[in-house]
Amino acid sequence: MIIYGTALLAVCHLLGIFLGDLLGQALGVKTNVGGVGIAMLLLIFARLYMAKKDLLPKLTELGVEYWGAMYIPVVVAMAAQQDMVSALRGGPVAVLSAIAAVGTCACVIAAINRMEITVEKPVPEPILHDNPLLADLE
Amino acid sequence: MVEILQKAAAHNGLVTAFALVGLIVLLSGEISRRLTFGRVHGSAIAIVIGLGLAYWGGTQTGGHKGLADMSLFGGIGLMGGAMLRDFAIVATAFEVQVTEARKAGLIGVVALLLGTVLPFIVGAGIAWSFGYSDAVSMTTIGAGAVTYIVGPVTGAAIGASPDVMALSIATGLVKAIIVMVGTPIAARFLALKTPRSAMVFGGLAGTVSGVSAGLAATDRKLVPYGALVATFHTGLGCLMGPSVLFLATKALVG
Repeated sequence: MIIYGTALLAVCHLLGIFLGDLLGQALGVKTNVGGVGIAMLLLIFARLYMAKKDLLPKLTELGVEYWGAMYIPVVVAMAAQQDMVSALRGGPVAVLSAIAAVGTCACVIAAINRMEITVEKPVPEPILHDNPLLADLE
Repeated sequence: MVEILQKAAAHNGLVTAFALVGLIVLLSGEISRRLTFGRVHGSAIAIVIGLGLAYWGGTQTGGHKGLADMSLFGGIGLMGGAMLRDFAIVATAFEVQVTEARKAGLIGVVALLLGTVLPFIVGAGIAWSFGYSDAVSMTTIGAGAVTYIVGPVTGAAIGASPDVMALSIATGLVKAIIVMVGTPIAARFLALKTPRSAMVFGGLAGTVSGVSAGLAATDRKLVPYGALVATFHTGLGCLMGPSVLFLATKALVG
């Protein structure tokens, strides 16, 4: 049943938000700490567990996947309700600090991600077989 | 006639929102294919159209929720609100490859810490250079450069004035918008190709809205990895802003 998938998603979502709120309270912060991230982890574990136990028919999966596919439209709707007017009215301090913060972070992201490529460079060359029958298969 | 149609749309807000967003996505797909020959991702154009409509809505109503403040498009507020946004983000976790996510665990945490401290330093520094030289204002504006939620939460905790709070929120909003629009443009520079790189991006770029929209417009497959890390961003910022970062700023400027 497709609702099983959506219900599973909903339960993971609520449980994650609940745990995030608890974590926030335990840390003395007035906000949710990583609730959505915890919910994502719960869903990942639920999927692994249910797939192993053979409890995950295609229709149940579709109940989750539909919402994953609705993600971009939801983001478009989110963009349409941003407070653009006050963002632009913030003046030079807001605009400059935002640009500088994004620029700094972009350089660090680029630096870290480029390190990954140099780390991965010594990927082993594909092994060439002597046996012509195996070579044909490749 | 028009009145009846308007009433039907306003009474079925969420359904109207589905239709409107579908129309925006369709339109941006056509623009992407015909005008940019597929070079600019359709979802990037859709997000820019969304932001444009938000600006238009904001000037029309004087409200703070963009298009969602117009009664006809109230459903946009529900469809793009925190509830459905987080629901859809959690759903994308279904596609996460556990081995890939685990490989980037440590670097994700490092990125998260850097993504909180670096924007804070930059934001607080620029606030200082514009004459906001007291520790409370510097911390609040610096926290706003982390995300637009961390800013006001920090400011409220340490007692910032309302105009500094507004400035802090504006900083976070501008940052989110730059990340949304800029990510697909800078994707090559950022080396955004692998799940690991998306997790680094999610930790450093911060703001769930910016990261999720930026990655969606770059490569849909990378979204869950970036979002997984980015969702801890606001919590970490709210934790560090009024405590460690405020005390450090106070120690520096007195």
